[in-house]
Amino acid sequence: MLNQIAQAVILGGYYALIACGLSFMLSVMRVINLAHGSLLVLGGYFLWYLGEHYEISPFVGLVALVPLLALAGWALQRFLLERSARGGELLPILTTFGLSIVLDNLLFEQFGADTRSLAPYIGDMAWDSYELPGDIFIGKVGVLTLVAAIVLLGGLQLFLSHTGTGKAIRATAEDPDTAGIVGIDARKASAIASAIAVGSIGIASAALGMRATFDAYAGGAQLLFAFEATIIGGAGSLWGTLIGGIVLALAQTAGAAVHPQGFLIGGHLAFILVLFARFLFLPGEFTYRLRRIAGLAK
Amino acid sequence: MTLLSIENLDVRYGQFKAVRSVSLKVGAGEVVAMIGANGAGKTTLLRTLAGAIRPADGRILFKDKDVTALSAHERVKSGMVLVPEGRRLFSRMTVEENLQLGGLVKRGGDWSVDRIFSIFPNLVKRRHAKTGTLSGGEQQATAIGRALMTNPDIIFFDEISLGLSPLVVDHVYASLAELLKSGVTVVLVEQDLKRAMTVAGRAICMLEGQVVLDRAMAETSRDEITEAYFGLKRGQKNDHGLGLGGAH
Repeated sequence: MLNQIAQAVILGGYYALIACGLSFMLSVMRVINLAHGSLLVLGGYFLWYLGEHYEISPFVGLVALVPLLALAGWALQRFLLERSARGGELLPILTTFGLSIVLDNLLFEQFGADTRSLAPYIGDMAWDSYELPGDIFIGKVGVLTLVAAIVLLGGLQLFLSHTGTGKAIRATAEDPDTAGIVGIDARKASAIASAIAVGSIGIASAALGMRATFDAYAGGAQLLFAFEATIIGGAGSLWGTLIGGIVLALAQTAGAAVHPQGFLIGGHLAFILVLFARFLFLPGEFTYRLRRIAGLAK
Repeated sequence: MTLLSIENLDVRYGQFKAVRSVSLKVGAGEVVAMIGANGAGKTTLLRTLAGAIRPADGRILFKDKDVTALSAHERVKSGMVLVPEGRRLFSRMTVEENLQLGGLVKRGGDWSVDRIFSIFPNLVKRRHAKTGTLSGGEQQATAIGRALMTNPDIIFFDEISLGLSPLVVDHVYASLAELLKSGVTVVLVEQDLKRAMTVAGRAICMLEGQVVLDRAMAETSRDEITEAYFGLKRGQKNDHGLGLGGAH
């Protein structure tokens, strides 16, 4: 039991890490990036390619991957999201959906159907574990992933609340027109936010490849887990994302304990329950109107 | 010395011309009051000067440079700032953070968060409060402070007394008087004629998108402004006893 909880917390750290970029994008730019999972897998292939062909460790590969993805995030905002946002709120989401299809199929065309892993390039670490009292073993990769999630989410939170650029990003997220009147370059702030959100995906890519395998179409499931963690934790709160990841993993573990096939269902149930709880109990105009439509409020 | 010069400015919303070939000059250190009925084009003119709206035609020169094509944030960098109607604060951020946002342009100057707090002492205890929880007066003070933090050469106030109780308006204007002594150039839109006449040195009346009166406050009278406000011909006395003093 204790072992299962410990493993679930570690898994939750992974979910929080892959949710980080998605949560950041949603909270500060109000965009659900449906290409998030595909970008995650793209990063995984990049690290795998460096390892396979140049024997470069994924940790070293990150030094190149994170800036490259940040650049891609900047371009995504400037050339796709900014333009599509003029067509309404929904269009940027559809744009990222299209992008994910393009990326998935390009990856499949390039790398085929073989599953890949980064485990061969990190030596002993791939299977090493720490022993905790009570005969509990937790994998080193898992611990590192959890630490990375905490550092990344905490770092982003500090960045948003204590730096000038972070404040400019928050102001732009709330009201881009007024941000301009105050002297903030709203286009620049949005592009920086997008660069950070997509750049952070690189670290999650490393975690994805180190703990398991992936193939060209692995992005969809990763997107789903990231999205569920983000929503359970409360969209707009980065620390909430960490909690959301852990809650999701605990629910999945509980589901698996009930029935061998219950792993995914447990997670989805937790996600739906949280949505319903918000709907029923959260104060606010929007949820109140929903309750009225459903006949649950006067 | 002319600080701001507007030449034949036209601003349109679709087919509607909100501002029609307005030309005027504002000298450094002047305090100008823009007066006019709702829909006269005052707010539109101010927002166009701040870069929030693009003019259809005409030019805006600031410190002898053409700023017509500059975006809002670039104009703030060059020294123009707007205190918008309805305050428009970032409600999820604290008072201090809202003020710091103004300082991000790094123009260099005397204004600091502490100095803002010294002219608006009522904000000190609300320093770490989210601006969404502030009273109207505190919000207005924060909005003015945020604009001052950009160290502007010219500041546009849009309806600073709108939606505030008379007592709070007194307070805001008392703080403003301190500010005006510092020599900053001010253009303010004010519905309250009495207040506008006490702080401003010059009155500009707008009617249906055009300037119908532009005169030093000392050389004009309440009646003359009232006539311009309603678009009545001079000499045609308005005897309806309409008190503009409490128009809002």
